[in-house]
Amino acid sequence: MRINGFDHYPPQDARRLLSDYLRHDVGLTGTHVGCEHGVCGCCTILLNGAPVRSCLMLAVQAEGHEVTTIEGLAPDGEPLHAVQQAFHECHGLQCGFCTPGFVMSVVGLLAQHPHPTDEEIDEGIAGNLCRCTGYASIRRAVRRAAELSR
Amino acid sequence: MTTRWFGERVQRAEDDRLLRGKGRFTDDIDDGALESVLVRSPYAHARIRSIEVGAARMLPGVFAVYTAKDLPFGETDLPILIPHPNLTHGRTQRCLASEVVRYAGEAVAFVVAESRAIAEDAAELVDVDYEPLPVVITPEAAARADHLVHDDVPGNVAAEMVQEKGNVAAALESAPRRKRFHFRYERGAASPMEARAVWARWSDDERKLTVYDSTQSPTSIRGGLAVLFGLPESQVEVIAPDVGGGFGPKIMLFYPDELLVPYAAVHLGRPVKWTEDRQEHFTAVNQERGQVHEVEVGYDDEGHVLALDDDFIHDGGAYTPYGIILPIITAGQVPGPYRVPNYRVRFRDMYTNATPTSPYRGAGRPHACFVMERTLDAIAADIGIDRAEVRRRNLIQPDEFPYDVGVGWQDGNTVVYDSGNYPKLLETALEKLGPRPAGENIGMGLGMYVEGTGVGPYEGAHVQVLVSGKVVAATGIPSQGQAHATVWAQVVADELGVDVRDVEVTGGDTRRFPWGVGTFASRGAVTAGNAMHVAARMVADKAKKIAADHLEADPADLELAGGAVRVKGSPQRGIPLAAVAVLSNPVRYAFGGGTEAATQFTPRARPGPPLADGEEPGLEATGYFSPAGSAWASGCHAAWLRIDPKTYRLEILKYVVVHDCGKVINPMVVEGQIEGGVAQGIGGAFYERLAYDSDGQLRNASFMEFLMPYSTEIPQIEIEHIETPSPLNPLGVKGVGEAGVIPVGAVIASGIEDALGIPITEMPLSPLKLYELSTSASTSTSTR
Repeated sequence: MRINGFDHYPPQDARRLLSDYLRHDVGLTGTHVGCEHGVCGCCTILLNGAPVRSCLMLAVQAEGHEVTTIEGLAPDGEPLHAVQQAFHECHGLQCGFCTPGFVMSVVGLLAQHPHPTDEEIDEGIAGNLCRCTGYASIRRAVRRAAELSR
Repeated sequence: MTTRWFGERVQRAEDDRLLRGKGRFTDDIDDGALESVLVRSPYAHARIRSIEVGAARMLPGVFAVYTAKDLPFGETDLPILIPHPNLTHGRTQRCLASEVVRYAGEAVAFVVAESRAIAEDAAELVDVDYEPLPVVITPEAAARADHLVHDDVPGNVAAEMVQEKGNVAAALESAPRRKRFHFRYERGAASPMEARAVWARWSDDERKLTVYDSTQSPTSIRGGLAVLFGLPESQVEVIAPDVGGGFGPKIMLFYPDELLVPYAAVHLGRPVKWTEDRQEHFTAVNQERGQVHEVEVGYDDEGHVLALDDDFIHDGGAYTPYGIILPIITAGQVPGPYRVPNYRVRFRDMYTNATPTSPYRGAGRPHACFVMERTLDAIAADIGIDRAEVRRRNLIQPDEFPYDVGVGWQDGNTVVYDSGNYPKLLETALEKLGPRPAGENIGMGLGMYVEGTGVGPYEGAHVQVLVSGKVVAATGIPSQGQAHATVWAQVVADELGVDVRDVEVTGGDTRRFPWGVGTFASRGAVTAGNAMHVAARMVADKAKKIAADHLEADPADLELAGGAVRVKGSPQRGIPLAAVAVLSNPVRYAFGGGTEAATQFTPRARPGPPLADGEEPGLEATGYFSPAGSAWASGCHAAWLRIDPKTYRLEILKYVVVHDCGKVINPMVVEGQIEGGVAQGIGGAFYERLAYDSDGQLRNASFMEFLMPYSTEIPQIEIEHIETPSPLNPLGVKGVGEAGVIPVGAVIASGIEDALGIPITEMPLSPLKLYELSTSASTSTSTR
């Protein structure tokens, strides 16, 4: 399985969720698990560039596909990705637990809508729960990320 | 001119690692840990006839299955955290139940295995024979006492308390107008995005227990584990690493896992971890807010409140580990920012067969605020004045501080407001809200609140300047997203005259700072913030003293700025703080980093021993702050909202917050706290409802059915800061963590009542509830 540009051994256990495989077998703990029933969006990753919930997939289903996790956006020592930078500038995170999922969703959103309208922003992040920010700063961060990506 | 960081929108120090996926949450820690699962009662009330664990123990990969009789502390009642003389019938659960379970979700057995999957499989094999008992689920049913939650607690009453200021009976008797109300507020759930988790390791070589815990109070957990395991505190270290939201319930102690995981780690000699899943979080983690209030108010023809009598019951849940702090806070906060010359409050804390209660963001206040604000709206309607005007006429005025409310407070003192400007909050909010928008079914919501923040007993901080000139600071309290690493750095950087980015803060790690209490009750900025200020000032004074010797100057003529100690007025005469740090520690062996300047053959500034009597090495200090009383924050929320007449969908057109948390350390962080608090309030007011059935089963224990709002439900919030500094602490700050959530229920109720013209006396609401209320209102009108 190709994760963040590197090949990894496939999952040993056919029952392993993709989220658990990433976190506990590959050691990429930036992908968080908030509900394990596909509602909170904390575990969002990119599968072939599109946001998906890694808690709703078996790891074996991702074989042969390109997986990008939060760790893959900006390698260590490199500047933050535009979406990460925008979340920082706009105080778009507090505890940071939902943040990787939001960032991945927004990367997917901006790939589809580089200049999103307010409605497209709400729609694009309406699959992710945040209990800290009240979303206002996240909406600002999406607009800022669109600016930074230009 | 020196830079002042206090008050600036400094961007957060903690963001980089969290944004890169390099945060460290408890479940991220592995280190070969065994994994564990709790077996929980499916019944809300049942006698345990037997527990069979043989099959579970036989499953390959299982290391241990514990029940109460396997534990040395199995017969020990868990502590009552805050004893109170009125808590006459306090009851706490045991780590694992062995005789009776009193809420669905109460822990019965604990399974440790080589993987989570095996532990889950083994938990299925634990066979518990239950004899179901009658269930008491609502506070009203508890008060009726047809059945008892605890056999030995008559009437299900854990505690009763009556307080009175003035003479309420007489004042009601002579009041020109009187009204009675019945207000009902249901339980809610904090639901942080990270559920709870514990990881523990016992080192036999060092005889040391290390525990990572997603707690809001690692210092208390450490104290408790040391007592329970008979270890000196120095052999127990507890770390709250990155914690994914807290909002109150993560400060309960002990949850059973917080004892079982460390115990199993010691017993098995292997690291053990436990990570809660979302479903069990819904029933295993404390909840709050269930109260029923019977209120009578007396007032005059101008709407001045003359007397208020509030008799309420509090849904305490199955046990009272947190004592009666919640109803005490409610009782203390009902009068809010208003003059209530005669006030009587009686409460009874009731046992129910539901998850125990402890503070959830707001902690007794949203319901208190609801009672007073709904009462004022009713008075306004009765005498035909504007809802803002009735508040204007009753507000405590700026020249009346300190203002003694006359009832008890959660810190053992009485409720005394230290400072504020309530009329300014109201007028500013009304001005910002602007005129009523055009359209039908639109209502104005209005609510004001006060919040006693920054309760003691104390917090401390350690601040040290390293020989590199960088600064490290530590405090006992952890962060769950409140930007402590940023705001404490601002406070310290100001005192030491360094760049805020040169201050690195650690919180919630007993290895770095073992003393203190925890992050709760909007107290971090007041207690730990001021402790940082105190400690940093001690370091600054020490730096001046050392530099004064070196510069042959009077310490009083020195200042810390630009990373140096320098003579005021002649900044070129100075010494870098890094060099002062070197000089603070006389060494025999230069170990690099410029330390040769502090060796024995380097000329010294003064004769005598290298460390004079009473001096300590190192440019460091430990300081504490213990508040004399709460710092009282306040605010006013106002909103325009619309209810769809067909679907009863809520649309918030405008939401304004004017608040006063004293001096603002970082407006960006404060606004984030408020925006998040308001969103949580909106969720609790209109979307989230814990649907318990009559058997005590929570029927919607998932995010599919417990409707936490997404971005689509939460409006932009307009915020204005008003600063009346608290006189009770050096920084003049007041807490703000809970403020956003407090009046939201009252504001939404007020707005919906205005929009639909039906009385709103309960929380939470929902489209269905509004449909029912509207239908029954029109039915009762037509049959009248």
